[in-house]
Amino acid sequence: MNRPTNGGKAAARTIKVDALARVEGEGALYVRIKDGAVKDIKFRIFEPPRFFEALLRGRMFSDAPDITARICGICPVAYILGASHAMEEALGIECSAPIRDLRRLLYCGEWIQSHVLHAAMLHAPDFLGLDDALQLAKTNREVVEKALALKKLGNDILEVIGGRAVHPVNTRVGGFFRAPSKGDIRALGDRLRWGADAAQDLALLFGGFDFPDYEYDYTCVSLRHPDVYAIEAGRLVSNRGLDIPLAEFFDHFGETHVAHSNALHGVMRNETGPYLVGPIARYNNNQHQLSERARQVAKDAGLNPVCRNPYRSIVVRMVETLYACEEGVRLAEAYEPPAPPAAETVPGPGVGYGCTEAPRGICFHHYSLDDDGRIVTAQIVPPTSQNQPQIERDLLGVVETNLDLADEDLKWRCEQTIRNYDPCISCATHFLDLRVDRD
Amino acid sequence: MPETPLVIGIGNRYRRDDGVGPWVADRLGSRGLRVVEASGEGAGLIDLWREADAAFVVDAMRSAGTPGTVRRFDARHGGIPERLFAYSSHLFGLAEAISLARELDRLPRCLVVYGIEGADFAAGEGLSPAVRAAAEQVAKRVADEIAM
Repeated sequence: MNRPTNGGKAAARTIKVDALARVEGEGALYVRIKDGAVKDIKFRIFEPPRFFEALLRGRMFSDAPDITARICGICPVAYILGASHAMEEALGIECSAPIRDLRRLLYCGEWIQSHVLHAAMLHAPDFLGLDDALQLAKTNREVVEKALALKKLGNDILEVIGGRAVHPVNTRVGGFFRAPSKGDIRALGDRLRWGADAAQDLALLFGGFDFPDYEYDYTCVSLRHPDVYAIEAGRLVSNRGLDIPLAEFFDHFGETHVAHSNALHGVMRNETGPYLVGPIARYNNNQHQLSERARQVAKDAGLNPVCRNPYRSIVVRMVETLYACEEGVRLAEAYEPPAPPAAETVPGPGVGYGCTEAPRGICFHHYSLDDDGRIVTAQIVPPTSQNQPQIERDLLGVVETNLDLADEDLKWRCEQTIRNYDPCISCATHFLDLRVDRD
Repeated sequence: MPETPLVIGIGNRYRRDDGVGPWVADRLGSRGLRVVEASGEGAGLIDLWREADAAFVVDAMRSAGTPGTVRRFDARHGGIPERLFAYSSHLFGLAEAISLARELDRLPRCLVVYGIEGADFAAGEGLSPAVRAAAEQVAKRVADEIAM
């Protein structure tokens, strides 16, 4: 890497990050700067595409949730429920309210464990000038211990409901194989109350970080549910007026292959720029549906009604963690074991769509089934591939406004920027190494 | 009565040789040992082994070495090479989990890691022959260590 003695705009330079740490999977970023202007920026993804969609064809509808859950060890519930909902729509299956509630509680567990891992262990060190969570444990042991306890709480919810924390085995199309006991679920209530307090502490602590000065007027895409802050179900909406049922997804969204990346890039038809999915998109679109406490903590942690600074995603994640804990308390206290634990499933032909709010943003599924209930086509659009063009756009803006930084500092800032998205490269196919050329 | 040692099989069964950890866990579980399957995410690993008195971790390695090569590490007495057990460019894999657990006093009294060099990490099921043979050998060695 060239290392100019000054980072002035006149310098011609190349910066590369060949191994970007603290993001899921393997990928790379390349930036070329000439005469003080960014000439090229590419966010590449290395790992060869995963052929999960091909792996699904010819299998029974009931296999899809478990197989797609293997796409990602961090957010299996997003895949399990996205696939299950799609299959239920295809086969005309209606799940009971207790089953839907238990699924939402399961998803709260996933949000808690995924958000806290990313925000506290992977992203917070960026703001504190630390290399990683090990250094954080040396300097802020209490933060790491609190984060690990929250993470364990999320994992335990997955385990109590899903049978185990990684790749739950108790879930199925139609609901659950076995309903957890009332005692086991109710016992989560007190721990979730503690979790809400812990998440609030972390949200307020992170809200005090020094946030880099960068804003973007995002096109925010998320689910919206009529009654609650959307997690596991809803219509697709945007802050630009989009409001569609899932079945119209491909009328408005597409994926395009770009030469520098193995992952497909998400594109929105009829929009000129990229779009944003994930915590900030949800917060901007649906914050009125957060609890009063979560809204107050958001305000106290410095979040504006519309968040345009992507670095503040770390705060939004903890506000959502707080909300997930509160939702968890509500659902755990009202829990009655669903009987039967699953709706009846009869194999047959059909077409179905499923979409949920994975911690990183909307994760879309579409399947068609033949007369025997075997999968004919399968399409999965994960959140990271949708965010990829927006990540590139943010990086362009961040590099342009920070050309005076020395290469090492610019590289740090770029990594921090990418981590705003908690990119899950194993989902998008998928991730990273950073290179900046200044010539 | 001392607590039964825990065997943690790390890996993804749908990524061929990456599934060697779960394969060994299955084998030892069928013999009545206490086993658990894990993705390799570090915080979850710390939770698993901190409640055990002794834990044996089995994971695939990716170091361009000969497929089926077995390496044994005593994690109580030193870290393990990060490059051998890259979970992802994510911070939090096995090697980092061991370092962090050491810092936070969350290592079990005994923590042994068996690494098995994989050959094929493409999407799909089943182990390649050399890895399968090594997996049988590791299952036996872990069972012997636990019986001691």
